[in-house]
Amino acid sequence: MKKAAEIDSRGLRPQRGLLLGVRGWTTVGGALALVAVVVPLLNLVVPPDSPLHLGDYAVQLIAKIMCYAICALAMDLIWGYTGILSLGHGLFFALGGYAMGMYLMRQIGRDGQYHADMPDFMVFLDWKTFPWHWAVSDSFVAQMGLVLAVPALLAFVFGYFAFRSRIKGVYFSIITQALTFAAMLLFFRNETGFGGNNGFTDFKRLLGVPLAQPSTRMVLFVLTGLTLIGFFLMARALVNSRFGRVLLAIRDAETRVMFTGYDPLAYKLAVWTLSAAMCGVAGALYVPQVGIINPGEMSPAASIEIAIWAAVGGRGTLIGPIVGAFFVNGAKSWFTQVFPEFWLYVLGALFIAVTLFLPQGLVGLWTRLSARCSGRRAGGGPA
Amino acid sequence: MDEAVRSLLGAASRGGTGMTPDLMDQGARALELLRQRARTAESGSGGRHAAWGRPLVAGEPDFAHGVALYLDDITVSFDGFRALNQLSLAINVGELRCIIGPNGAGKTTMMDVITGKTRPDPNSAGRASFGSTIDLLRLRESQIAQIGIGRKFQKPTVYEQLSVLENLELALKNDRRVQASLRSRLTGEQLDRMAETLALIHLLPEVRRTAGLLSHGQKQWLEIGMLLMQEPRLLLLDEPVAGMTDEETERTAELFLSLEGRHSLVVVEHDMKFVDQLTQGWKTVTVLHEGSVLAEGTLAQVQADERVVEVYLGR
Repeated sequence: MKKAAEIDSRGLRPQRGLLLGVRGWTTVGGALALVAVVVPLLNLVVPPDSPLHLGDYAVQLIAKIMCYAICALAMDLIWGYTGILSLGHGLFFALGGYAMGMYLMRQIGRDGQYHADMPDFMVFLDWKTFPWHWAVSDSFVAQMGLVLAVPALLAFVFGYFAFRSRIKGVYFSIITQALTFAAMLLFFRNETGFGGNNGFTDFKRLLGVPLAQPSTRMVLFVLTGLTLIGFFLMARALVNSRFGRVLLAIRDAETRVMFTGYDPLAYKLAVWTLSAAMCGVAGALYVPQVGIINPGEMSPAASIEIAIWAAVGGRGTLIGPIVGAFFVNGAKSWFTQVFPEFWLYVLGALFIAVTLFLPQGLVGLWTRLSARCSGRRAGGGPA
Repeated sequence: MDEAVRSLLGAASRGGTGMTPDLMDQGARALELLRQRARTAESGSGGRHAAWGRPLVAGEPDFAHGVALYLDDITVSFDGFRALNQLSLAINVGELRCIIGPNGAGKTTMMDVITGKTRPDPNSAGRASFGSTIDLLRLRESQIAQIGIGRKFQKPTVYEQLSVLENLELALKNDRRVQASLRSRLTGEQLDRMAETLALIHLLPEVRRTAGLLSHGQKQWLEIGMLLMQEPRLLLLDEPVAGMTDEETERTAELFLSLEGRHSLVVVEHDMKFVDQLTQGWKTVTVLHEGSVLAEGTLAQVQADERVVEVYLGR
């Protein structure tokens, strides 16, 4: 081993410290400016008759898609990086949404149809007292805690048993699908205390501030954008750490990971729980802006769509799922206006096309095209 | 100097002035045995004797008795087929042991049992211990790897999407818990160790390459390098030279011989030339057949054994 001293190990040191490159930080800065300055200005300051004015509908649509993008990002961490396809992420999204919805229901106060202290659906069911799970629903802080805690706890318990039993691949996907379906059936029931199939709607205020007010909507919009950017940076830091490399290693060769001394259970559980909590936050941001939460969010199709966003955008890249969420949902809102009956066919065809021809998604297509372009430029003429 | 060496040297000196090739051979063997002893003494505890004064550290294998791995009466059956049949085997500290045997003899199953992938039959009385204190049958795969047993698979398994360097980084011996993995930074010392290993496995020029793009032989070497980064006390190598060129095979043999003494090695291999290189004519070779030990001895001895010839040729 005398040779060791002669070998220069300095060249091996990975370049770290900066999370992103110059281009990456410029993009993040641009996104920040767009979310926090440009959109508010175009919506609130620019007069409505100006061509530059951004309508309330557009703002709401972008906000909604940003919530979806958070889900897609969460899906990418567990699917793209760890290789575990979840078809139940809609459940965590809905749970976060319901936790927020409960607080918003309490904020309605006596302004409901029945002018009672209790939410309308409880009055309708002739309930005199709040069920146990509504105990802290009038406290904003406590409900926000639940937004994180409920999805995370459910994911932790479910994940612990599933991963410990070494359930993998398609079996895991099917079980998560069954889980969200079972939850949907449970939430459809009136006795569960979540408003049955109507869910929660008709929200009036958040923290005492009217929700219908343009400035409130804008604050929520900015908050959603900042959360998305924050989660993106967090995910980037995770993926760049040794933790992220262990996740990739689990995806590629789990037995090797085990025989190298890492416990895959702990790593899978950590990223799975984090992913669920991220979806919960997305749900909580979604509900006050869209104004409704019902068990439909837990339907199997909703969860599958999250996977489609990630796949279309590009698995295993962090920008991919965000691009995918914007692309698919943008297309959806256009198609459902123009050819409403064809949207599901288009979605199915899109998913098949991406799976067959673009395994790396839109981002993969982009890198391939730009590589070809720069290759042609560098090559200079026919080879 | 102990009995074996003394008797060999004694025979050599009795020869007097006439140094026949026989005697020179014996002398060379005695010398090699001595060197082997010296190498063993460098390792963790070889040479020391069991004594009362040693504190027992939990999770730390105790090699003071000179045994690295001890399998006793292990039986594993799959649907009635006995893959291992009351297998008993002991590997000494610092020893390089080759294990041969026809297909289906239970070689891979034995490695599975040692590394926790397969459990012995529930109502069998078998025992598997690492050092003299650690019961392997009670540990999970990742725990077994952490206490110092490294395993190389038959088919090279590396992390194909990661670079060669990242592959080694993951294997590097350090805290394996989630929290530690979130904020671990490589120290200069660790980088030096990685560079040293990279040079040893001849992959220094390929550091930044994605492991999936390496040749088959290079992947085998990378996996061996990853094992070395784990600093295992015991290395289990399942057909390490399968698919390697002759030159690569030779270099692998050299590498293993240089590891001998500092680590205990168990090599399962079909390539008799490679086994011959590793055992250097005097080390023990174990022949497995139908899940238990059929014969033990030097390669020449087992190759001359009637029963071994029979199971190999299927007479």
